[in-house]
Amino acid sequence: MAMPANEIEALIKAALPDAQVTIEDLAGDGDHYAATVVSAMFRGKSRVQQHQIVYAALRGRMGGELHALALQTSAPE
Amino acid sequence: MANPVFERIQADITANPVMLYMKGTAMFPQCGFSARVVQILSHMGVPFKTANVLEDAELRDGIKEFSSWPTVPQLYVKGEFVGGCDIVTEMFQSGELKATLEEKGVPVAGE
Repeated sequence: MAMPANEIEALIKAALPDAQVTIEDLAGDGDHYAATVVSAMFRGKSRVQQHQIVYAALRGRMGGELHALALQTSAPE
Repeated sequence: MANPVFERIQADITANPVMLYMKGTAMFPQCGFSARVVQILSHMGVPFKTANVLEDAELRDGIKEFSSWPTVPQLYVKGEFVGGCDIVTEMFQSGELKATLEEKGVPVAGE
């Protein structure tokens, strides 16, 4: 029940082609990650909406295969 | 036909100004993320009601569909979804959580 970081990155980039993604494995168990995602798609959206875009990109794995993903999202300056 | 549990959720978040769907209870949180939100609300002296999704499988799935948010905990203030653990933490640290609560007429005792 784990997910490699590069798969998370690939999924996010598939949905957000311009995204700059950095992923940190918090616990070394492939289940608890922190990710920062910067994309112009987030501009003008609330934090909740931004996170929902990332969760949608992960196509249902969030909360199942992926137990925890601490997200930091922002639009480019 | 909307998900039957939605009515239950709607009633809860309307009846309780600050409603937290979590794993475990405020006294015995069973997940670090849920515990953190309980800590934040308690630190701010904000009265809140909790629902333990671990005791209610229908609620556990229903709440995720209701807010289209895949994880628990989920915090609602005056019927509006505020966020999960990392958003509530971020808002607390920036002071935005206190502002949001006060703006919605929820008294905040702590800081």
